[in-house]
Amino acid sequence: MSIEWYVVLSSLLFATGAMGILIRRSPIVILLCLELMLNAGNLALVAFSRMVGNQQGQVFALVVMVVAACEVVVGMGLIVAIFRRKLPLDVDELRELRG
Amino acid sequence: MEAVLFFVAAIGALGGAIGVIAMRNPFYSVLALIVHLFSLAILFLLLTAAFVAAAQVVVYAGAVMVLYVFVVAYVGGGTESAWESIPGQRLLAPLLGLALFVELAVAVLASSLLALGQDGPQVSSGFGDPAAIGYLLLEKFLLPFEASSILLLLAAVGAIVLAGRRSESAVESATGAASAGAPREREPDEAAPVAPPTGAPTR
Amino acid sequence: MSATTWAWLVLLLPLFGSIAVALGFRAIPARVAGVIGTAAVGLAFLCAIAALVNLLGEDAEARHHASSLWTYAGAAGLDIKLGIYVDQLSAFMMLVVTGVSALIHLYSFGYMRSDEGYHRFFSYLNFFVFSMLLLVLAGNFALLIVGWAFVGFASYALISFWYRRATATRAGMKAFVINVVGDIGLVLAAFLIFRELGTFDYSAVFAQAPHTFDRGEWTVTAICLLLLVGAFAKSAQIPFHTWLPDAMEGPTPVSSLIHAATMVTAGVYLIARTHVLFYLAPTAADIAAFAGLATLLIAGTIAIAQTDLKRAIAYSTMSQIGYMIMGVSIGAYAQGLFHLMTHAFFKALLFMTAGSIISAMANRQDIDRMSGFWRAMRFTSLMLVIGGLALAAFPLTSGFFSKDSILAYAEARGGIYTWMAIGGYVGAFLTALYTFRLVFRVLPGEPCEEAQHLIDTGELYHGPPINPANEEEEDTEIGFPGATHHVAEGSWPMAVAMAVLAAGALFAGLIQVPGVDNVLFGFLEPAFADSPLSAIHPTVGAEWRGLAIGGVISLVGIGFAWFLWVARPELPALFRRQLRPVYLLCLNKWYFDEAIDFLVVRPALAIGRFADSVFERFVVDGLVTGTKETVSGAGGIVRVVQSGFVRSYALLLLAGFAGLALYFLLSSS
Repeated sequence: MSIEWYVVLSSLLFATGAMGILIRRSPIVILLCLELMLNAGNLALVAFSRMVGNQQGQVFALVVMVVAACEVVVGMGLIVAIFRRKLPLDVDELRELRG
Repeated sequence: MEAVLFFVAAIGALGGAIGVIAMRNPFYSVLALIVHLFSLAILFLLLTAAFVAAAQVVVYAGAVMVLYVFVVAYVGGGTESAWESIPGQRLLAPLLGLALFVELAVAVLASSLLALGQDGPQVSSGFGDPAAIGYLLLEKFLLPFEASSILLLLAAVGAIVLAGRRSESAVESATGAASAGAPREREPDEAAPVAPPTGAPTR
Repeated sequence: MSATTWAWLVLLLPLFGSIAVALGFRAIPARVAGVIGTAAVGLAFLCAIAALVNLLGEDAEARHHASSLWTYAGAAGLDIKLGIYVDQLSAFMMLVVTGVSALIHLYSFGYMRSDEGYHRFFSYLNFFVFSMLLLVLAGNFALLIVGWAFVGFASYALISFWYRRATATRAGMKAFVINVVGDIGLVLAAFLIFRELGTFDYSAVFAQAPHTFDRGEWTVTAICLLLLVGAFAKSAQIPFHTWLPDAMEGPTPVSSLIHAATMVTAGVYLIARTHVLFYLAPTAADIAAFAGLATLLIAGTIAIAQTDLKRAIAYSTMSQIGYMIMGVSIGAYAQGLFHLMTHAFFKALLFMTAGSIISAMANRQDIDRMSGFWRAMRFTSLMLVIGGLALAAFPLTSGFFSKDSILAYAEARGGIYTWMAIGGYVGAFLTALYTFRLVFRVLPGEPCEEAQHLIDTGELYHGPPINPANEEEEDTEIGFPGATHHVAEGSWPMAVAMAVLAAGALFAGLIQVPGVDNVLFGFLEPAFADSPLSAIHPTVGAEWRGLAIGGVISLVGIGFAWFLWVARPELPALFRRQLRPVYLLCLNKWYFDEAIDFLVVRPALAIGRFADSVFERFVVDGLVTGTKETVSGAGGIVRVVQSGFVRSYALLLLAGFAGLALYFLLSSS
């Protein structure tokens, strides 16, 4: 399969993740959609790495994975903290930072 | 053969993605994502990125998803209300997603980058091997490697601070202030008497 | 020392006197303040004499010097200096101003003795002298405007001297507002001069003007008309004259200094100084001459009907200044200035005697209540008669020579100006009539109550302190004149000042007897040599003919006054009944005040009310509030975006990204 198939698939997955963020209200699911987007990016990176012929894109993809892991860790910490304070786990309810 | 594998993995990835955004119960969303991750690992293998595929399965699907599972178990799988509080959101979101996909697809397919239309150059047999990746990580990309390890440390510490269990009085004062804060818009009269008495004395 | 150095001293001495008295008023006792004030002006007079001596030591052609201390503004084509110009005209004015002012300061030393605001009076009076000197000594139009404005302020401060009297403060404001109208004219004229000629400096302007302007051109006519607005407002000529009678609210020395001898002559000085421009604008000069003639006659008719002693003398001032304005407008520069000098003497004297009489009347000014003062106050009465004779141009008094010199010139110029001379003679008859009306009402006859009290006890009548204009009772605190007054018989400074002025009123004309001596005109004429009009000289015969006519008219007028007010005192009442409309017209000052109120004041107030209710509310507030509303409305609209919903933020973010990507896609295709 030529590289463009992978890249188009990656963009489709990215769009799906974006749509998920806009639609869902639970912070956990929003973070999951964020993972979707990150992984789509990873796929694109690896595809391009194959297209170019060196492994730098793969290394990049590994670092992205590390970053995604960190972000998940912090996000989960936030969700636990919110849950502990008995606040509703709903991004529409958590809107005190309004103008 | 490769094409078949590609399409199977692609459909798996896509199905997992749709499952993530469509499932009501967050636990099912997590499971859908795990399916998605596995499919992606297959795709990585197809792109001769063996180490990345392994890392995907072990780290991502193994560790990160386990973290998600723990949190969902702790928090509970409460489904969210069907009523949309932001007008127009349910309409605009799919449109936006579609627009995004179309733009990106057009950018890729109409690109003048000829190499996109091919399978990629001949690569050596050690392409994507752990040895090759390890070499790159420790020689050429040492700084990003070390930086990402520090980042991991920071994230871990931050998460502990955020979610850590504090002393009982602080929790109560914090929860008292927080619960007084959050419903403030709905019941402003009740907020004031709640906050002060729980505050200072027990600190 | 040169003439200009003496001139600087003349200018600065009254200023120092004013500042010294003003700053030290708590520490300096009253008499010392009076001495400082009088000495400052007295010394200034001596310096003025020194400057004159200096000037006389030079050739007649070279008697003009400019001297400046520093430059105020020297950029953008401007070159305005703090500079004075000393020539025959300014030396003459310096002498008249400082001389008469010194005598009036001496008079005030005695007259204002019991006033609580004694220090303030001398400080203001010195400041006035400084301002007037600045006006006459200024070497460029900018400094002239400064002096002009200062004089207006000093007049306001002194008219409203008894500041707790509502009538006085109102009169002060009226004088100031009308003076400001004149200031506007003067300033606009200065701007036009600068625009056309590029400079404010006198020497440059007057040298350049004949080359830049054609005779009768509209620009120079406009300049002169604007100068006339200023001159008429300051000199109380019609139509800007309504402030002068009200200005009699000020203390009598103020009336005699400012509103008789010096400030009101500023307009005459202005026209004389800018005679080059007026020669180039004959239309404006003729307008000025006719306005002077009209004022002369109208003020004369009003003076006959007035019952307030000071107001009658004020209208007399207006009338005499009409003579001066008429004179300098038709080209009789030196003659007009001669009349300015003699008028300063006898009018100041008249006001001083009026002050003495009013003091004896316990501050009442109504001549209907006065009679028989000849027996009560011999010296004051004598002074009144001398002043009256000079004013009425009785043969061989100073007024006789000066007034008729103007009329003789008008006749010599011929044409329409002969009619002005005839009008002037009619005015002379009126002058004699109203002057001796005052004399024959106040002096002869049975002494009135106050005069009888003075005869019997030798002390002044002591009445309750009242406002003579509206009979309101006042107290004796500061801001009111108080209950104690001084007359010339009891106060030597007053008597000395009046005696010196009487000598001037009687004998000052002898320096300019036609065919006999030519002291004054010989001195002044080189200053006006650049105008062809000053070359017109009536023959000696024509001058003596004019003098004879004037003398006869004066005697006839005095005789008529004797007839009406001594021989047949019932006749004036008969005339008042039979000619009632005419009488009312004169009594009500030809309804000028009412006309100005209707034409100017009411529309102005209406504009103010309109501005407040419509313009301010809708336009200004609308703009301001509208801007505010627009901004806060816009803010309100923008605030909608800050909803607090994370998903809307995400939506906006992705929408922006999609838009950007679209843009790049399109631009690269």
